[in-house]
Amino acid sequence: MNVLFILIPVALGLGLLGLAAFLWSMKSGQFDDLDGAAWRAISDDDLPSEDKK
Amino acid sequence: MGFHDRDLKSFVTAVGDGIEHIDLAVEGVRCAGCMAKIEKGLGTVPGITRARLNFTNRRLAVEWKTGELAPADVVEKVAQLGYRAHPFDPGAVAGAEAAEARRLMKAMAVAGFAAMNIMLLSVSVWAGNASDITPETRDLFHWLSALIAIPAVAYSGRPFFESAFHALSNRAVNMDVPITLGVLLAVGMSLVETFTGGRHAYFDAAVMLLFFLLVGRFLDMNMRRRTRAQAENLAALKGETATKVLPDGSTRVVPVSAIDPGDRVLVAVGERLSVDGIIETGKTEIDQSLVTGETTYAAAGPGDRVYAGTLNMTGALTVQVTAAAKGTLLDEVNTLLEAAQTARSTRLALADKAAGYYAPLVHTAAALTFVGWLVAGAGWQPAMMAAIAVLIITCPCALGLAVPAVQVVASGLLFRSGVLLNSGDAVERFADADMVVFDKTGTLTSPEPTLVDPDAIPAETLATAGRLALSSKHPLAAALKAYATAPMPGATEEPGQGVRAQIDGVEYRLGSAAFCSASPDQVGEAERGTHSLVWFRKGDAAPLPIAVEQGLRRDAREVIEKLKERGLGVMILSGDRVEAVDAAADELGVADRRAGLKPADKIAVLEDLSRQGRKVLMVGDGLNDAPALASAHVSISPVTAVHLSQAAADAVFLGETLMPVVTAIDISRRARRAMDQNLWFAALYNLCAVPVAVFGFVTPLIAALAMSGSSVIVTLNALRVRLMAGKLEAPRQ
Repeated sequence: MNVLFILIPVALGLGLLGLAAFLWSMKSGQFDDLDGAAWRAISDDDLPSEDKK
Repeated sequence: MGFHDRDLKSFVTAVGDGIEHIDLAVEGVRCAGCMAKIEKGLGTVPGITRARLNFTNRRLAVEWKTGELAPADVVEKVAQLGYRAHPFDPGAVAGAEAAEARRLMKAMAVAGFAAMNIMLLSVSVWAGNASDITPETRDLFHWLSALIAIPAVAYSGRPFFESAFHALSNRAVNMDVPITLGVLLAVGMSLVETFTGGRHAYFDAAVMLLFFLLVGRFLDMNMRRRTRAQAENLAALKGETATKVLPDGSTRVVPVSAIDPGDRVLVAVGERLSVDGIIETGKTEIDQSLVTGETTYAAAGPGDRVYAGTLNMTGALTVQVTAAAKGTLLDEVNTLLEAAQTARSTRLALADKAAGYYAPLVHTAAALTFVGWLVAGAGWQPAMMAAIAVLIITCPCALGLAVPAVQVVASGLLFRSGVLLNSGDAVERFADADMVVFDKTGTLTSPEPTLVDPDAIPAETLATAGRLALSSKHPLAAALKAYATAPMPGATEEPGQGVRAQIDGVEYRLGSAAFCSASPDQVGEAERGTHSLVWFRKGDAAPLPIAVEQGLRRDAREVIEKLKERGLGVMILSGDRVEAVDAAADELGVADRRAGLKPADKIAVLEDLSRQGRKVLMVGDGLNDAPALASAHVSISPVTAVHLSQAAADAVFLGETLMPVVTAIDISRRARRAMDQNLWFAALYNLCAVPVAVFGFVTPLIAALAMSGSSVIVTLNALRVRLMAGKLEAPRQ
């Protein structure tokens, strides 16, 4: 069962990574406009030039 | 509307580094194409550093280098692209709500993370308990669970703990009290188990409960924010601005929030007043229908008091802004409004009512279990365990979601059919209503004037008058605008008098009786009845009076019939004159009508009705309706209503028709049925679960299954409300 001492920290670490990623994406405003994001993905060719950089 | 002549500086905020920022509410954005068109179009304007359209709330954020362009240029550019943009008052954007939503979202994320990881450990323990887990490994897993659960509960549980504490300190019980108690007891008991090396720890149940409830609350919050954003956009579209006269005599358009008592504002002809004040200079007639319900115009001159929401009809004014003064109509309205709102805050929402029954029952059951096990000869520790197990398994996950889940679905449906809810529990009160009380002016009647008898006027005349009307800002001209498409070339308006144009040497005039030089005899003959008159004159021909009135909304009669079909009583309470009210009520087939009412009279009628046990739905728009809207069991306002009334009402409906009132009732009744089903289901669930817990058969596995199972069922039942979307009366707007 010694493998647990590696697997549990790995599982927790991955979970925390996910949590951190979510909190980061929330902070950077990615959840502010969910409808818009869906449409932007479709029309990526005619986005304004500053977004293409 | 030309924005180029407006100074929009008050709407601009500096964001640093020589960059300025403005928020605009944009009309007419429907698809991704619009979004790309606007952003790309603005991107090509030199000086603009950022243009981003938020598709969810239809707001455009634009930033540019200070001094390179004026904010009006941005609005102008958007207009060239084919959209109408309205500046957004930075003071009106709700910051506190966004922060609250973020807090909920973070709490939900933390609870979700914790629930997943604890479940990972718990499932191993459950599997191990059935096979060959060593007590040491189990203890290790319990300790790990505790290490994750304790900080997670402390963080994610705060919204519930705070609300429960607040309720308890007010000597009340709300749904958060049993939730808090359940979570804390579950965690506390599991900690004791962990310390003593016991078999049963309930960390997973506690954290999962929080996670489910937070998801429900987050969705609720999101729906409400969406509704609020729409309402804020509407406020911006209505242009709640004022033209302020600066000390040096120049003028500037500012948001209403930037106007202080003592300021002077200019009010042009045809403009709606956005402030209360006293006229300094200028003479005019005022349309007070939105304030008092009266449809006849009142003459006003220097020294007279004017109110926000009234329409300036005939002459430009300078108004000195006043603070709320004593002994005026507004003061009376405010006093009544306060009293009504205090009375309302004591009303119990359905969920809290359920909690009031539920909490004592469950807590008694737990106490009896404890005593029962003691009497049966068990030690106090196992007895305590059984008692706490009762509290954990009955922990109101299903009950906590029963009402909010339906509210979220119902308010989403209402949103799509053009009804914006101010308060979440309005749904259940809409369902209760058994009587609908309408205000007349602006509610049953359309807020825009219409022709009394379009057939009596030759079509050609009507078309010409319509073309002239297109060049007029006068409110009554709106009635004629529908009959023409292109304005008359070279038409000029003389404010407060009328419009004139020359075509082939013939002069056409549209305006007041004097402007069209109608003789006193003609005027005397035409001015009968309740309507207003617009005069039309072609060359030297005799002037022709065109009667204009605020006609009934086109579906008013149909709506009243539908309400009656649904078994609702209908009544009209109006501040207007008896003849005007009678005419409208007769046409609509409403027998119950009262006219000439003051705000206090309206409340008295409503109180009388509620003493008779009627649950009244009040529909009104005027300032004089605000107290009645607040004191009625439930209330709704059209979007054209004055600000105060919209704030006092439970909901606001969009569009030209009255049908959303019927839709609101239909959806709410369906939602109310789902709420009742959910509450009964939660009761049934507890009826089954409690005996299991009382006799000590509950294990963490059973608790987790029961809890998530019941939550899912309740949520699915709530989603069933959506199925009725296809059967609604009103077409989608």
